[in-house]
This record gives sequence, structure tokens and C-alpha cells, in this order.
Amino acid sequence: MGMTFAEKILAKKSGLSQVKPGDVVTVEPDRVMSHDNAASIIKLFKSIGVERVWNADKIVIILDHAVPAPTDKHALNHKEIREFVKEQGIKNFYDTDSDGGVCHQVFCEEGFALPGHLILGSDSHTCTYGAFGAFSTGIGRSEMAAIWAVGRIWLRVPESIRIELEGEFPQGVYAKDLILRIIGDLGADGADYRSVEFSGSAVKDMSISDRMTLCNMVIEMGAKNGVIEPDDKILSYLDGIAKSEFEIVKADPDAFYERVLRYDLSKIEPLVAKPHGVDNVLPVREVRGVRINQAFIGTCTNGRIEDLRIAARLLKGRRIAKGVRLIVIPASWRVYKQALREGVLEILIDSGAIIAPPGCGPCMGNHLGILAPGEVCISTANRNFKGRMGNPESEIYLASPATVAVSALMGFIADPREVL
Amino acid sequence: MALLRGKAWVFGDNIDTDLIYHGKYLPLTDPREMAKHAMEYVPGMEDFSKRVSPGDFVVAGRNFGSGSSREHAVLCLKYLGVAGVIAESISRIYYRNAINNGFLVLECPNISKKVKTGDELEVDPESGLIRNLSSGEELFGHPLSGLEREIMEKGGLIEHIRSLMEG
Repeated sequence: MGMTFAEKILAKKSGLSQVKPGDVVTVEPDRVMSHDNAASIIKLFKSIGVERVWNADKIVIILDHAVPAPTDKHALNHKEIREFVKEQGIKNFYDTDSDGGVCHQVFCEEGFALPGHLILGSDSHTCTYGAFGAFSTGIGRSEMAAIWAVGRIWLRVPESIRIELEGEFPQGVYAKDLILRIIGDLGADGADYRSVEFSGSAVKDMSISDRMTLCNMVIEMGAKNGVIEPDDKILSYLDGIAKSEFEIVKADPDAFYERVLRYDLSKIEPLVAKPHGVDNVLPVREVRGVRINQAFIGTCTNGRIEDLRIAARLLKGRRIAKGVRLIVIPASWRVYKQALREGVLEILIDSGAIIAPPGCGPCMGNHLGILAPGEVCISTANRNFKGRMGNPESEIYLASPATVAVSALMGFIADPREVL
Repeated sequence: MALLRGKAWVFGDNIDTDLIYHGKYLPLTDPREMAKHAMEYVPGMEDFSKRVSPGDFVVAGRNFGSGSSREHAVLCLKYLGVAGVIAESISRIYYRNAINNGFLVLECPNISKKVKTGDELEVDPESGLIRNLSSGEELFGHPLSGLEREIMEKGGLIEHIRSLMEG
């Protein structure tokens, strides 16, 4: 019997010839990533009583949750991280400067997300790197402190689900709509503990940005990781930027999958996830007309140049509705500069949007766009949990950048196909 | 591991990490402050931290702890003195975080339908046996694995690693 991607990579990394779902293996990650929560990881690490981290080159720290620091508490956390990386010689540190941005975006742009690598991050959206053929998943801060100390962790070999994608998106439909459809169908725990492999002819046509959107959101159905087999698109992207050597790991053709699902992209339509669950998915047309106070384009899910271009195309020469705040946060400074060069930011600003510095922003209610009680926001983020953007009486709808942009234009939730 | 006894507080499905411990409290480090905000965003449970007694259990439906990897969502309940979470299913990261912080988590089919808030439970973490003393019913949770129990007994992953390094 062949092995799935997850089985194969976990066998390889643990030095075994064969593993099966349910086995517990001990592995040394190729790279680990932390953001602002490195501050509390440092405290846990110190409590173990080890002087030096296991491998300073394998540790990446990217500040993004609250940059620049909105409170003295956040500022102190950042300060402690700066002191620690200096003391430990951790070179892969991205501070509050123009090399930074949202951790998952920067991690990929900088060539840390590599095929066949096992990557762990103290953030649940670490699963994003599956877009590059890595096995990547989120862990807690105690686990990260333990890895910093001893360089090893136990992982349970997950069951696998394969999702085959065929066909082409109709106009106005994007990868975000597809992953919302899948999460809506499977439910918020539909892939709990599972490894999700995306395959099929449609994946080949997808941009790297779209692939990242798909893999980013598999955690919203409980998955341990999401992965797409790397192709020439990935290899040429990594050419010259890959931070280390890598070897592609592919699932065997005769691997066993717990479930195989098929989606025809031509049948997908613009969708939203309604408050307060990511699996609460409905066609945009069924919620058309819901008044919004704020629209947010950004985050590790949909804050890339491709996303900003889509918004700019829809908003060019137009003005967003009165009473709506459109907040745009490019996912990284690299994206910001690209959007600046292309004139995308100017188009967005002319439409009434404001641009905030790259980082997580209001996605988890830290700063730069907290909602008031009773307010409604439509967002390109990945979570719409009750109170996520700062107030339990506010509501969050999740959608594609196109749907968010058109909704900002109208002042209410609207279908991008109305404007395209 | 000793038998545990406490009152049940029953919650629904998909109790996510923002409901258990909201993101805006992430910078807090004082255990007493963190404990105050446990379950604050669950409608009707804003004052859970005042109503719950040490040794009580959180009982929930499917997908408890979905969302963020924040360990605060485990620690706030632990610091409050909650004895553990028994849910129909527990999201992967939450489950690991709980074990790694020496906080009991058990998965048990149908538990949220078989237990009412206020019921007295007796729980054997070793075997996974849950006795509802109020209804007389016995339920079977998935027992912890060997490694999980080892980590729990040390009080968490950090303590576990420390003991391995000393040993």
C-alpha cells in the first residue's frame, strides 16, 4: 500500500519506512516560525533551564500581530523578543520594519516555505505553507518552547482527505469562494485532525496566491495541514530565493484516502461565511443588501498583490458608499511596495479606502479597525468568530476580495458580478 | 491519576478560542486576570468565572476549542480551577495544548446530551469512565494515551521535558 503525502513525509522525517494513521512519531522540524507570541515562548523556554536554542538558524520570528505596538504591554513583548534574538543569535528575525508583514506571507516570500519540509509554527494558520508542498501545521507555545530546547516534537500521523479540483472559475469567483464552499460542505470540524491534499487539473492553473488561500483556510475545518503538490510554478518561484535545500515529497498513486471529494470550479458562485462560524456559508445573493459599516481587505488569507489588484480593478474611478470604512492592509511590505509601484494603492485611496501598515491589523481585534457594538464588517480574513474583531456585539462576514470591494462600493453586501 | 468529582457546565458545539478567551486579552500574563475572562464571549456566560467552582467540569458538544493556537484558552480554564473539558470532539491544537499544560481533556460521544448543567460528575482520567452521579448514567470517554498520560502526570510538556533532561 502506498502512502499519502502526510504519511510519506512523517515516515521520512522520523526515519521509518512506513507509518499509518494513528501512529505517533518523533520528528525534528526543518524550520519553526513564531510571531509576537515568541515573548511568552521565551519565558517558557527559559523555565526549561536550557541556555541556548537547539538551532538558531531553524528559528524564524516575524512580528505581525500588533505592529507597530499599540500598547505598552505589546511594546514590552516586542522588546523582550529583540533582546532574546540578539542573545541567541537568531538571524531570521523580522521586526517592525519594511522587510516585515504578516508572518505567513513573509515566511513564503523569503523562501522559508519549501517543498518536502516539515514546518511548525506557533500560529494556527501555519498550514498556509502547504501551498509550496511543505507539511506545515500550528502548534502551541509550550510545544514551541520545547522544540527550541530539544529540537524534537511528537506528531500523530493523520488520516488523509483528497479534494480533486476540476474546471474553471466563472467570472467573479475566486479561490476564497471555493474554500468557503468546501468548509461549508464539510463543516467546522469536518477535517478535524486530517491532512487535506488538493489535486486535480484546476490546481495546476491556480496562482501561488490562490493556493495559499486554499491551504491557509484548511484549519477552519479542523485540518492539521493542507497541501498541494509542487509544480514548475512553485519551483521557478523558489529559484534563487529558497533559504535551503529541499526535496519534493509526493503522495503515492495507490495511497489510501479516508475520503475523496470532487469539485467543479465552474459550479462555484460568490459566497460568504455568515456570523459567527466559518462553515456558515451562503451564496452572496442570499444575503445581498445586508448593510455594512466596514470592509476589510488584507490578512494572510487575502492580502496579496493579486487580491489588491482585484479590488483596484473594481474600485477604479469609483467612490465607496458614504458611511462605509474600507481598510486595506497589504499582507507584507513587499506587497505594499508592489501595489505602490503599480498604482493600485492610489486607485484604492482615490476610492475612499485607507491603507494601514502590513500586519494582522484588526483580524483578531488587536488594532487598526476594531468594530463597535452592532457594527457589521465584511472581510477577506479567515475567521468570523463572535467578537473576533474586538466586540461581541459586532458581526463579521467573510468573502473574497472582489465581494468585499463591491460591497464597500454599494454600502451593503453585493455580488461582484453586478459590477464586473 | 485520582478520581475527580465536580459539577458540569454544559456548552454547545463549536465553542471557539475567541469565545473561550478573546484575542484582546492575549497580552495578559497574570493567571488571576486571565482566569477572569474565561468563557466571557459565550452568550449568557459573561460571568462564568464568578459562577464556576474549583473542580467543576466544562462539558461541550463538537469541535471544542477550534480556531487559534493560543494556549490562553487552556490556561484561563486551568487557572480558574476547572478540572477539565469533556467534549464530543476537541479541536486538534486545543487538545494538544491542554495535555501540554497538564489540563485534562476527554472526548466522549454524546456527552452534551447526556449531561445537564449542575449534574455532578465523577471522572476517572485513567480509564475515561465518566459517571453522572445525578442521573446514574455511565459514559465512556476515550482514555488518554501513554505519552499523554505521562505528560499530564508531570504537569505539562515543559515539566516533562525538564524531567527527561534531568533524568
